[in-house]
Amino acid sequence: MKADPRGVLTGTHYLDGDFACGEGAMAAGCRFVAGYPITPSTEVVERIGRRFPMMGGTFIQMEDELASMAAVVGASWSGTKCMTVTSGPGFSLMMENIGLAAMMETPCVVVNVQRAGPSTGLPTMVGQADMMQARWGSHGDYALIAVCPRSPQEAFDLTIHAFNLSERYRVPVLVMMDECVGHMTEKVVIPPAAEIEVVPRRLTARPPAEFLPYQTNGSLVPEFARAGDGFRFHTTGLTHDERGYPVMTPECQAKSVRRLLDKIRLNAGEIARVEEEDTGGADVVVVSYGITSRVARLGVGLARERGVKVGTLRLVVAWPFPEARIRELAARVKAFVVPEINMGQMVLEVERCAAGKAAVVSVPHAGGNVHDPEAICQAILGAAR
Amino acid sequence: MERTEIRITGFGGQGVVLIGYIIGRAWSVHAGGHATMIQSFGPEARGSACSATLALSDREVLYPYVRRTDILVAMSSEGCEKYVGELKDGGLLIHESDLVAPAVRPGQRACGVPSTRIAEALGRRLVQNIVMLGFFAGVTRLVPLEAMREAVRLSVPAGTEELNLKAFDQGLAHAETAASAPSLEGVKP
Repeated sequence: MKADPRGVLTGTHYLDGDFACGEGAMAAGCRFVAGYPITPSTEVVERIGRRFPMMGGTFIQMEDELASMAAVVGASWSGTKCMTVTSGPGFSLMMENIGLAAMMETPCVVVNVQRAGPSTGLPTMVGQADMMQARWGSHGDYALIAVCPRSPQEAFDLTIHAFNLSERYRVPVLVMMDECVGHMTEKVVIPPAAEIEVVPRRLTARPPAEFLPYQTNGSLVPEFARAGDGFRFHTTGLTHDERGYPVMTPECQAKSVRRLLDKIRLNAGEIARVEEEDTGGADVVVVSYGITSRVARLGVGLARERGVKVGTLRLVVAWPFPEARIRELAARVKAFVVPEINMGQMVLEVERCAAGKAAVVSVPHAGGNVHDPEAICQAILGAAR
Repeated sequence: MERTEIRITGFGGQGVVLIGYIIGRAWSVHAGGHATMIQSFGPEARGSACSATLALSDREVLYPYVRRTDILVAMSSEGCEKYVGELKDGGLLIHESDLVAPAVRPGQRACGVPSTRIAEALGRRLVQNIVMLGFFAGVTRLVPLEAMREAVRLSVPAGTEELNLKAFDQGLAHAETAASAPSLEGVKP
């Protein structure tokens, strides 16, 4: 379906990534945000707080991030599209309820504008060191989706995409922005509402008496019933059967957990998204995401001037990781070079998928700044030798 | 335009970020170029020297920060002292002439405007930054004036457009007096 025009600020704007992310959420149909504002993500909720009254949205400033995430999970069961927004320290506090959202199969979006950590780290400066936490931060086995915008324009576009994915697969979707993109102001084009495709909540057509909240009928994603529509059902973080009631057996656990993983794993081909440039015939492929993908292109340019055949692969969706594509490339390239503003996180995934068939070179950065393009170039030159 | 790096600095409250915002908006939204603005965040935003940076180009801006600024706009001496060192050889310093003593290296150029006094004469000291913006527009001619005016009109609070456009034009007029408008040749990389 098309976007609700009340949430779409059609036009050509000059916006920072945080504002653009907020606009993306509103265009996607988000009408409930609970958050505990934290630098460098505060502008997302500032924007939403100012604009929500015009479209009937509700923003609650909560007492902390645990409560923010809990409120989002609850509100989503009313059928409302929901989001919370945070940065590193708050992201840590949200982990338990992100797991609850995954277990209860609750559509929601969590924005993490990454600053340098650990702990309170560098509140106003860039980092990309929450990438593994995004995938593995909550306990237990589950799967979710994470997108990585590279510009304010993509902060808008990918936030809409995040909402659509969360509705389609009933998972929390993480918008893993970084401080640099969040606080960077650039041109952002917001199309008319009629040109924005949004995925609505997939409500069940069954009558309440026949509805089971976790029955999937052969698909991987159950249909949804909104609280308040007359459906009487139970949902819980405990391992549950199709009725939503706790069942404490290894058999039920195996079935539940497998489906939670399978709905992402088996659809990974559809969900994973990369952007490639000149990877055909390349000896070296630079894998990067977010702001680093822009700086990396400068390093690639410098290496090309020195005669190296180098291509780029950008993770638009970081989780699920594009395993199949990295495996294909590993069979024919000499090396991958992975710059990221952390001490080596997504490089571990590249290494796992390359499985020794191609060399993998990490270009770490502890945070607080973006890479020097020359450092990326040197890593490429070294890898090409 | 080849990549052009600009830093605007002043006291928190002088409207530093708005100047950067308007230049970036004018160039990218109204003149079809690419403009990436970064505002400084941190303790310096609370009272002392604060700054915003811009990278303008015809092509996508890949590196978001400035390293060797082509143009420094300084509205406080503290900001000027802090950032003049990164101004490239042959760079241009544009300054508030009553507040900043221009200390540039040989080969660099400086030109000033008493933007606060001009704004006071207009009746609102608050529009000092827009006077400076008009002066910047006139001295550098980097961004088409109509794009700048459009960006001013759309970026200032509703009801203040006329006053702000008047402030812009006063700054522009000051730039057009021969004495204060040095050649820009060599500033653009």
